[in-house]
Amino acid sequence: MALLNINGSDVELQAEDAMPLLWAVRDIAGMTGTKYGCGVGLCGACTVHIDGVAERSCQLTVGEVTGKAITTIEGLDPDGEHRVQQAWRELNVPQCGFCQSGQIMQAASFLAEKPDPSDDEILDAMSGNVCRCGCYQRIVAAVRLASTGS
Amino acid sequence: MLKYLEETQVTGTGSLLVQKLSRRMFLGTGTAFAIGAFATQAQAFPTWATGATAMPNGVREDPLIFVSIDEDGTVTLVAHRSEMGTGARTSLPMIMADEMEADWERVKIIQAEGDEPKYGNQDTDGSRSLRHHIQAARKIGGAVRHMLAAAAADRWGVDAATVTVANHEVKSASGDVLGFGDLAEAAMAMPVPAHDEVAYKSEDAFRYIGKGQVQITDLRDITTGDAIYGADVSVEGMKIAVIARPPVVGGRALSFDATDALNVPGVISVHELPYSNIPAKFAPLGGIAVVAENTYAAIQGRESLIIEWEAGPHGGYNSEPFMEEMKAAAGQPGVVLREQGDPDAAFADAARTFGQTYTQAHMAHIAMEPPAALASVTDQGIEIWAPVQSPYTTRTDVAEAMGVDPANVKVNVTLLGGGFGRKSKADFVTEAALLSREVGAPVRVQWTREDDVRHSFYHTASAERIEVALDEDGKVTGWKHNSVAPSILSTFAPDSGQQFFIESGMGHVDMPFDIPNVRCHNGKAMAHTRIGWFRAVSNVPRAWAIGSFVGELAAELGRDDRQMWLDLIGAPRSIDPVAEGYPENFWNYGEPMDEFPIETGRLADVLNMAADGIGYGKNLPEGEGIGLAVHRSFVSYVACAAHVKVVDGNVTVPEMHLAIDCGYAANPERIESQMQGAAVMGMTLALHSGITYRDGAVEQGNYYDYDVSRSDNYPRNVVTHIVPHPFSVHSTGVGEPGVPPVAPAIANALFHATGKRKRDLPMGVEV
Repeated sequence: MALLNINGSDVELQAEDAMPLLWAVRDIAGMTGTKYGCGVGLCGACTVHIDGVAERSCQLTVGEVTGKAITTIEGLDPDGEHRVQQAWRELNVPQCGFCQSGQIMQAASFLAEKPDPSDDEILDAMSGNVCRCGCYQRIVAAVRLASTGS
Repeated sequence: MLKYLEETQVTGTGSLLVQKLSRRMFLGTGTAFAIGAFATQAQAFPTWATGATAMPNGVREDPLIFVSIDEDGTVTLVAHRSEMGTGARTSLPMIMADEMEADWERVKIIQAEGDEPKYGNQDTDGSRSLRHHIQAARKIGGAVRHMLAAAAADRWGVDAATVTVANHEVKSASGDVLGFGDLAEAAMAMPVPAHDEVAYKSEDAFRYIGKGQVQITDLRDITTGDAIYGADVSVEGMKIAVIARPPVVGGRALSFDATDALNVPGVISVHELPYSNIPAKFAPLGGIAVVAENTYAAIQGRESLIIEWEAGPHGGYNSEPFMEEMKAAAGQPGVVLREQGDPDAAFADAARTFGQTYTQAHMAHIAMEPPAALASVTDQGIEIWAPVQSPYTTRTDVAEAMGVDPANVKVNVTLLGGGFGRKSKADFVTEAALLSREVGAPVRVQWTREDDVRHSFYHTASAERIEVALDEDGKVTGWKHNSVAPSILSTFAPDSGQQFFIESGMGHVDMPFDIPNVRCHNGKAMAHTRIGWFRAVSNVPRAWAIGSFVGELAAELGRDDRQMWLDLIGAPRSIDPVAEGYPENFWNYGEPMDEFPIETGRLADVLNMAADGIGYGKNLPEGEGIGLAVHRSFVSYVACAAHVKVVDGNVTVPEMHLAIDCGYAANPERIESQMQGAAVMGMTLALHSGITYRDGAVEQGNYYDYDVSRSDNYPRNVVTHIVPHPFSVHSTGVGEPGVPPVAPAIANALFHATGKRKRDLPMGVEV
């Protein structure tokens, strides 16, 4: 039994300490916005925030995040209106959409830390998040839009 | 000219373009569209024949199947094609909505289950969704608009010709207004008008079609995490399975020990699944399945299995020697598929000849979503939830594997987290059904990324040998192209080692250059793995070979690349396949040649559009270059102009222009997104994607050894040019044809940047 704080609520989960957070969130907590893409921390589809910082949930165990604030895409904004989500909609970013919750979580954390990034900083910050459909041009534009409003 | 194109040319870069467009993503209120000439002067659009009629279950045009209207005015439209990122789930309903004058804000989209007898063909593959269903979508929308008008006219006791339908309302001449919801029941009970009784909207009255200002259907859910993909469906009592499959196709477990696996907390049971060997169509590979309470336990359980595998008949498959064999075969005469003029005489009489061989390794699709499917098998029947490109063949495949009637199988289609051809094969769904029956509970099968990389249906590996005969003026008088690659047919039937007509039609025998003597032939190569289709299929190696060869030939002859292309393409002509020696069974993507001819002028036009767009011929610093390529595939014409810059010894692409002629552009915004995606996938396969085999097993496993282009090195500033056409110029393919010209354009640009010529895909990031 684990006690995790997810999206501001304490939840008891039937998950052993060694279980990757990804599977605890998806299978046990039943929140499926966080995606499995590689399991080795190389695609970013499973990105969540731990105490506000983007992390790969497949690379963290339940034990490691106990007592920390976990935010998933479902909890990024209570109304789903985070400026990054809005920018994504304004630019019609996704194709298949599967990687996008991870992309959005990565971008939101990055912009919180670096509100006015350069293009190169955006490209670098987002390079751990794979989009096989190849939406990068719009992803980068959406991060910029969320950052500067233009 | 489309407004979209004006924007393209004004703004100059793709990212700006998207931004500008989407900032105005309002949906105009439209102009009132008078039914006016209802039944008396109907202006039905001229229809045309497509290959859709030859597809299983063809096309359905009955509005009562696709449209329903609630009393609150909500219009529900059925999307019968799968959504894997191309926008089919948006674009076809959008066309229906526009033609029926529905307000997109009040339209709800539901996904059809796998039922082709009801909905028509659902195999979302071959870049066919718009090409085959655009006419039906307009017919459905137009018919419903007429039914709404007729119902309102009845209510008011007026002539239907006097009412107008606009933006979810019907108005009488005297100013009475009824909403779609008010008319819902009466309208849907009206007789469905025949095509020639319908006055369709004129193109200038379109509100959504051709505009590219509609948000994709699932946009909000995707951005909030609420969108449902294959692994996101749960049902009561569901178990999770992860399967250890034979490392070599056709292999099997000689023995296995599940003791440790069964001791993993959460593991419930272990099952051996029946094995298969090629040709087994889309049957599962078999293996040892671990069923557990959750995914983590299932993965842990699988890692704890001790299995002794027998490799089977393909244990000797090794990529390096196999490629050498294919290259050797490409240099020998193969089975002649196209013979035009007298190529042997042309080569005998040539002032000189020139030839090169190009290769490509296997590729796996690695859609972001690894395969996953949920099956619930009960006495009442089988229910499936899965991300499948072809839900109806999924249904029949599962029925066959389970020995039941397809009527007892229901396939619910989730969103697909990418497909690229992989998810038209339902092996992973059949696995779930077999296990659900074994376990007596619903089972979701989850593939890991390693499973996906190692057990796919792979893009074929290939060697393509092209030779030309040249006269004293350097004019090409003869062309020989031997294509050698294991065939997709080996997945379906005993392997002859020869390709079949569909593969030959993808850029091999339809080589469009104006050359008098041509031979296209096919050397033998046996399949030793499951060969499947990957976005753009055989067009990838053909465009790679032909596009690279044109660049090499230009260099060899000391000519300008663009001029070399234009010289080879020749004067604009509509190709006569008989006169040019095409095989009798030539496959024009299943389309009739008279409606979808091969027009070389359109090839030249897109080439020039891309070249002009990038500023072809401009001076560039050392270490930079521009390359071109153009290719017709899926009945569309796409050119790529790539700007390569070598940075710290790595290939980068600071700018790329893609020009597409896909006939009428129904949703330019999604066409642009497909071209942006094709640029990235094209660069990925140019630089990174190589699946290789050792002793029959795939050597790669995950992103650490099978990487893709990422945001730190992808084609930046992709600018899309769309050739404007009226609706009467038939819409053609979009999802696939952007990919083939990208790799040869990059290679040609790299040559200009460095003087180095790459002939083998993947070429690697480092120069």
